[in-house]
Amino acid sequence: MNAAVIDAKGVNLVFQTGDGPVQALKDVNLTVGKGEFVSFIGPSGCGKTTFLRAIAALEHPTSGQLTVNGLTPDEARRKRAYGYVFQAAGLYPWRTIAKNIALPLEIMGFSKDEQQTRVDRVLELVELSGFGSKFPWQLSGGMQQRASIARALAFDADILLMDEPFGALDEIVRDRLNEELLKLWNRTGKTICFVTHSIPEAVYLSTKIVVMSPRPGRITDIIDSPLPRERPLDIRDTKAFIDIAHRVREGLRAGHSDE
Amino acid sequence: MKAGPVLTVLGAILALWYGAAVWLNAAWTYDQAVRDGGEVTFALLVSDTMAQDRPVLPPPHQVARELWKGLTAFNITSKKSLVYHSYVTLLSTLSGFFLGSLLGIFLAVGIVQSRTMELGMMPWAVISQTIPVVAIAPMIVVLSNSLGFGDHLGVSNALVSKTIIAAYLSYFPVLVGMIKGLRSPDLMQLDQLKTYSASELQGFFKLRLPSSVPYLFTSLKVGIAASLVGAIVGELPTGAIEGLGARMLIGSQFGSPIIVWAALFAAAILAGVLILFVRAFESVVIRRMGVQA
Repeated sequence: MNAAVIDAKGVNLVFQTGDGPVQALKDVNLTVGKGEFVSFIGPSGCGKTTFLRAIAALEHPTSGQLTVNGLTPDEARRKRAYGYVFQAAGLYPWRTIAKNIALPLEIMGFSKDEQQTRVDRVLELVELSGFGSKFPWQLSGGMQQRASIARALAFDADILLMDEPFGALDEIVRDRLNEELLKLWNRTGKTICFVTHSIPEAVYLSTKIVVMSPRPGRITDIIDSPLPRERPLDIRDTKAFIDIAHRVREGLRAGHSDE
Repeated sequence: MKAGPVLTVLGAILALWYGAAVWLNAAWTYDQAVRDGGEVTFALLVSDTMAQDRPVLPPPHQVARELWKGLTAFNITSKKSLVYHSYVTLLSTLSGFFLGSLLGIFLAVGIVQSRTMELGMMPWAVISQTIPVVAIAPMIVVLSNSLGFGDHLGVSNALVSKTIIAAYLSYFPVLVGMIKGLRSPDLMQLDQLKTYSASELQGFFKLRLPSSVPYLFTSLKVGIAASLVGAIVGELPTGAIEGLGARMLIGSQFGSPIIVWAALFAAAILAGVLILFVRAFESVVIRRMGVQA
């Protein structure tokens, strides 16, 4: 539990824009241990997505040190350390669900048999068995997003990076997917980094909540959740849950007041 | 009912056409009447303007009769047959379309993959389309005749020059459509491939190329029509004796608009058929790609 999977020390990231430099991340320090479920929450422009993208080596810190599994983000990517789930499912309409999930496997050069085995396994993991031969347009938005999670799981990365994966879905579907995601996390023991706008979602899912605030993007609070790993949906009515949600809200407000 | 509006428009066009035929051909009827010393009644005016040998504007039924005669009355290998002339034009249309589409696709791939290619090629591609084809066609004909490409390839020089002209017109829509199609994947999809450490080549074949297919077919439909225009224009300055363009030229030289119009309609029918073929090919491909019909 204690091995640091993601370790950020004094990470700064500055974008050069037409209007001059924009500090997207300022002095970010964070350690994520193996098997943790970490949520990043904050208003737009707080750098939560930028930080996730930096972990994925889609952005590169201007200064500071960021390691993933003890490697640089670029090295970690080449070692298939993480799967990335974007806000939109981004399935290819010309591929079946199974072929979509096989996409990273094809690119990484898995054998046909191995692809088949893995696709079947992750389809079952996200409860989409039997939908492999369907095309994306035949599935609902929630099912598409589950397929995209399966795709990110297919090559057995230990880390799952999720950038508002349920942001475009309605609340009922979202609740169910949250529940399923927790189950999946319990079963697989992955380390999950999860970016969200929603306080209840962050509190419900996480073992650690990172509250961020904008201009410049920085961490204002890190909350270790006392909630148990097993979380039925109605845990959201308990006092412990409401207390954490309150602290998150306070953190968000504090970040805003010193603008 | 879908046929309703189509038939209404068709009816309006025919009515307009007949009206215009009476109006435009009337001068001849009056001339004749003056010479013969006769009087022109409305009935005579209508019946005469409908059946002149060299009308200014032939009415639809004359064109239809000439077209029908051209298509059916002769052996299809005869020089009088419109089927034969259509075939000659079709041949260079298809070869030009094939060449032009390949050129457009390959140029688009180069331009999308390389910034240098884009800066180097794109202005020329645009400039090439600002030159009127009637200006450049005679030069292409003269050049390909004197260079004798056809002799090397074992085909007629006329086919070579018409192919080049048709390709010249059809490559551009394919180029523009393919560039747009190859660039249609959004940033998220490209980032996603990056997270798999996909190579540029894998990204091209797994994402960019399939994404471009719908754009390609839209362009191909424009391209094949442009190709036909190119083939016909290529037949005009050559003194060609074969092809729909040659028929139009002969018709206008002999002062017989009916022949011109019949050839015109043959070309229109040919274009329609070609587009239908591209569309059929498209629906086969799209269905095989699993996209909702």
